[in-house]
Amino acid sequence: MQLARVLGEVVSTVKDANLSGMKLLVVQPLLASGEPVGRTLVALDSVGAGVGENVFFVRGREAAFPFYPGEPPTDATIIGIVDHWNT
Amino acid sequence: MILAKVVGTVVATRKDEKLVSTKLLVARPVDPRGKAEGSYLVAVDTVDAGFGETVLIVSGSSARMASGMKDCPVDAAIVGIVDTVEVKD
Repeated sequence: MQLARVLGEVVSTVKDANLSGMKLLVVQPLLASGEPVGRTLVALDSVGAGVGENVFFVRGREAAFPFYPGEPPTDATIIGIVDHWNT
Repeated sequence: MILAKVVGTVVATRKDEKLVSTKLLVARPVDPRGKAEGSYLVAVDTVDAGFGETVLIVSGSSARMASGMKDCPVDAAIVGIVDTVEVKD
């Protein structure tokens, strides 16, 4: 899993049927210091995150598991909203 | 998933039989503001995207969960056509 900040929202009307009704958010991965690192990506939201919040997300095949038994084609899903972290 | 812009099509007569009759597009990753970044990739199109459109691409083994891609040898699939991207500031 990785820390990230939610930067924005993606609107898509024509999409895979298994993605319908899902929220798509633009996230920026973060270092432990809170600095942005790497490229932004689009993640599905499974916890009701919003723009400006710090979250953590899971990558890969496991990203579909929060929606079980649904199988949305996603490789990144936000699975938690971070209250605070210490390093 | 990443945002990308469709910049071309791929025509391949000889290919894995699981890929027969799939549509292959060349896409260039873009940032949320539309600026191109990184290198081009070939993705299977499952939503009938077209040239110049911004799309959502799912990568890795998750690409096989796109509609009709079960057990296909793919690691990038176009699963959505992007209408708008709204980013803070």
